[in-house]
Amino acid sequence: MTLKEIGVNHTCIVSKVVGDKAIKKRLMDMGIIKGVSIKVVKIAPLGDPIQIELKGYELTIRKEEADKIIVG
Amino acid sequence: MKTIALVGNPNSGKTTLFNELTGATHTVGNWPGVTVEKKQGHLRGNKHITIVDLPGIYSLSPYTLEEVITREFLTEGNPDVILNIVDASNLERNLYLTTQLLEIGKPVIVALNMIDVVKKNHDVIDVFKLSQILNCPIIELSATKGIGLKELIVTLKEEVSVPSYITFNSTIEEALSAIGYSRYNAIKLLEQDEKIVKQMHLTQEEEQKIQVVVSKLEEQLDDDAASIITANRYQVISEILKDSYRKNRKGLSLTDKIDKVVTNKWLGLPIFFAIFWLMYYLSISTIGDMFIGHVEEIGGVIQEFVNNGLVSLGAGEVMIDFVVNGIIGSIVPIFTFVPQLMIMFFFLALLEDSGYMARIAFIMDRVFSKFGLSGKSFIPMLLGTGCSVPGIMATRTIEQENDRKMTILLTPFIPCGAKLPVFAMIIVMMFNGAAWIGPTIYLIGFAGVVISGIVLKRTKRFKGDPAPFIMELPDYKLPRFKGVVIHMWDKAKHFIIKAGTVIFLACAVLWVLQNFAFPFTYVGPEAIDQSILATIGNGLRWIFVPLGFGDSWGSSVATITGLIAKEVVVATLASIGNNTDIYFSQVSAFSFMVFTIFAAPCVAAIGAMKRELGSMKETLWALGFQTGLAYVMALLVNVVGNLIFKGTQVVEKVKLDPTMLESASEEAIIQGDIVMIVFGILLGIALLYMIVEFIKKFVMKKAVVK
Repeated sequence: MTLKEIGVNHTCIVSKVVGDKAIKKRLMDMGIIKGVSIKVVKIAPLGDPIQIELKGYELTIRKEEADKIIVG
Repeated sequence: MKTIALVGNPNSGKTTLFNELTGATHTVGNWPGVTVEKKQGHLRGNKHITIVDLPGIYSLSPYTLEEVITREFLTEGNPDVILNIVDASNLERNLYLTTQLLEIGKPVIVALNMIDVVKKNHDVIDVFKLSQILNCPIIELSATKGIGLKELIVTLKEEVSVPSYITFNSTIEEALSAIGYSRYNAIKLLEQDEKIVKQMHLTQEEEQKIQVVVSKLEEQLDDDAASIITANRYQVISEILKDSYRKNRKGLSLTDKIDKVVTNKWLGLPIFFAIFWLMYYLSISTIGDMFIGHVEEIGGVIQEFVNNGLVSLGAGEVMIDFVVNGIIGSIVPIFTFVPQLMIMFFFLALLEDSGYMARIAFIMDRVFSKFGLSGKSFIPMLLGTGCSVPGIMATRTIEQENDRKMTILLTPFIPCGAKLPVFAMIIVMMFNGAAWIGPTIYLIGFAGVVISGIVLKRTKRFKGDPAPFIMELPDYKLPRFKGVVIHMWDKAKHFIIKAGTVIFLACAVLWVLQNFAFPFTYVGPEAIDQSILATIGNGLRWIFVPLGFGDSWGSSVATITGLIAKEVVVATLASIGNNTDIYFSQVSAFSFMVFTIFAAPCVAAIGAMKRELGSMKETLWALGFQTGLAYVMALLVNVVGNLIFKGTQVVEKVKLDPTMLESASEEAIIQGDIVMIVFGILLGIALLYMIVEFIKKFVMKKAVVK
């Protein structure tokens, strides 16, 4: 399952980040690494991107990027 | 001499700290070869210590321009000390950068900013312990409240030793010692950082040796080396924080509460448009409008004073006309626009400093992703409604090079504040002030952005993978008045400097051109048809004949003087129209406006484009595209318009009335109305969207129940 499929207000644990080197590094630099818990806070009014919360701060990524974050 | 490099995450309060440390002494330039702004200044009351403000970054990886600049300055620019500003309310992610800075091998001082927020949340940071673990001085700070600044300045003056660095797990450490070199280089080589590998000029043998180590590590830990290091770095940080940090905050923060409303599914869009409607209402129609009369009064007083002065000095008539009418008379109408712009920039700075701008990117991203850009491109365009220059500068936050270039190219299509007087003048004179024209012009501008975006994304020049959209939503902050004013001034000064220099010079040249004839004899305003300007205009006229406004040389000249500043178009038409005839039909007037929207922007904006694009070739290409599009669009308007309205009043050429020109350039209310109507319409659409979505949900729910 990926982060894209997680519903609003649900929390999940990251198991792996996939995708090409640059995007993967970018997501991981922001703290999205294995074992981190991510809460999906909301979806933007027009349906994309999504707002997530991790490590006590808020981040927004597109569903496309969320699809690269595998959660368990 | 001592150089201190100021480094930190975006939104960590870096700019505020920099302003507090340097006062108003800083200078702004560019990093050599690239387009990112370089700010540096002296430590207050200490000329021997220079502080360099580096771009805000999250990591020292090589993927954004900001990151590359920062790390190159840190490793090759020879700073004596690294001052790392850390947002204490977001400690874990901020320390991710800190631990990388420790590896560079330069003395590091950590400024633990926003300590007041931490205390308010009843969180506890054991600063002494943290300082011991990181092996560098840590100063508790609140840059906005002035807490800890004195201690920080004292520490900056002292000698600081080079810190040790964090230890990774044993597998990584083994790999690092197998690679050798300095700590920083070893890590970068292990991460397979292409830029560093290139810089180090390794032999093939050395490269192979490193490759073996990397493959072994990747095999052992089953991931790519860069990810292994990133993950372990975060693990080490959470180990460190286990002992030195305790978080007590529970429940919703203020930011969460605000976001519940402001980026709400239903309310998000209407609130956004309402805010902008209000902003334009306040800056253009009410407060800004109040100032216009005063600026004109002051202008009048100056004109009279200079006039009397010159008369008493015994200056000739030509000289007096040159100074009083040619220069002062042309510049005053441009300065009447400054108060409106300042107030608008004040509000934009307020929105930016409060954290709302990031929410706008969040709300609007979907729209821009449709044609390959991101929500981050929206902010430059919003700023562009005031002036393209700060808009173009704001593209710096866009990571993807192609997206950035395209946003720079498209931002001038959004009608800027200086184009408004041109439209207002034509609307009043040619269309009896019809209300629908202004918003239509804006919509044509927006449509130009969207269509060009879609088309350009398919060309070889801008093709590429869609850029990721990964953006922090910072906590809302109550903007400080001082900070907002500095921010506002940063944006507005380009406009004022432009008015004071380029436009000043241009007005002088223009006056000479229209009062002198070849071979440089004074002919005066009555014989303007024989002036140098008329000769030039007549020479260029044929270019604009297909667009419908090439009949009189005045309108051709006005498109050229528009390069100096768009406001000058009004001044040109006014001063030429006073002395000779300029003909427009409604169709050709509309074509003229369409040409003005898209054609190459003013020199100030061209300068900004050149700075941000980094090369003359790119800039010329962009200008060529803009002017080419302008020509094609105006041609379309003229041809189609003449076909549809053939034989009606709409295509009838009429002479511009110079007396109307005078009153039209003062028609500030119409200018304001244009923008307000646009945002009003958008607000309406947003509300409608909200209602439709709501009904859809309601109906669906009912259907499910059934």
